[in-house]
Amino acid sequence: MSEEELIKEQLQKNIFLTSVDAVYNWGRKSSVWPVMFGLACCAIEMIGAASARYDFSRFGMEIMRASPRQADLMIVAGTVVHKMAPQVLRIYEQMPEPKYVLAMGTCATAGGPFPGYAVLQGVDEIVPVDVYVPGCPPRPEALMHGFMKLHDDIMKQSIKTVSWYQKEEAVK
Amino acid sequence: MTNAEILTKLKEKYPDAIVDVPELIDFTVVVKPKLLTSVAVFLRDECALDYMADVTAVDRPEYFEVVYHLYSVKNQTSEPFVLKVYLEDKETPAVASVTPLWKGADFQECEVYDLMGIHFEGHPNLRRILLWEGFPGYPLRKDFENRTFTFEELEPTRPKTPELM
Repeated sequence: MSEEELIKEQLQKNIFLTSVDAVYNWGRKSSVWPVMFGLACCAIEMIGAASARYDFSRFGMEIMRASPRQADLMIVAGTVVHKMAPQVLRIYEQMPEPKYVLAMGTCATAGGPFPGYAVLQGVDEIVPVDVYVPGCPPRPEALMHGFMKLHDDIMKQSIKTVSWYQKEEAVK
Repeated sequence: MTNAEILTKLKEKYPDAIVDVPELIDFTVVVKPKLLTSVAVFLRDECALDYMADVTAVDRPEYFEVVYHLYSVKNQTSEPFVLKVYLEDKETPAVASVTPLWKGADFQECEVYDLMGIHFEGHPNLRRILLWEGFPGYPLRKDFENRTFTFEELEPTRPKTPELM
């Protein structure tokens, strides 16, 4: 084997061609850290999804942050009552961009079985929701399906277009 | 002392205070709202009903009914002695608070005030406990229209200081 051929072979083993978006998004989707908060019975399923049997640390999201300032994803797990709504909004506002919201269960999606004075009819009234997971409460499998849908969404984003990566946005 | 004995004793001591003794419900006595405090003091001190388990209210067509469930820890009673008052004034219902007598009535009177709008005079800290100050109406009243609210709709009713949320 000539020297030239040897160099070519070595280069083929060590150089990978890809796009910035693909690597960047792959890194982001592989470490989505959720905020640690739950509102109702859905939170129990979320805890179930976090613990050993279902174990969502497989997605790199085992670190549930107790501070919204270190989190990427807000899982709204449960009924949002009007008394709690300002606090949920405040948690969302404290999260740094990029941030995502997953509405877990029928209550967070549309008020669920509580069409009354006390319950907010869907958390999308106050925060933009990326993924809705139906169920009452959803099984951990369903929640993980929601995570994977969110991962698909993250992979589709491009830092050329997302609002949180633009210079104009930073000036604001 | 059993509940039946307490009822007999109360009838002897306060014949004027008793409005009604419903036969269908065991150990229930309806008293005049003005004499509630003296009857309550008598039941607590003379009849050893030392535990206030429930304070709740019912919205009747003609009046509000405030219900107190009393037990005796000292005598180990298993059935409640039920004390009731009827409040005829449906616009501004008010009754004397029993929180100075039984500390356990504190939050429960707050809850009745919150959801039924009954004012407890003499309560040390009467405020809405589940909803916030400024919520439109009293949800457990029959004339409250139970409908859904949007976030924007309720936003102006909320207190501006976070401590009062």
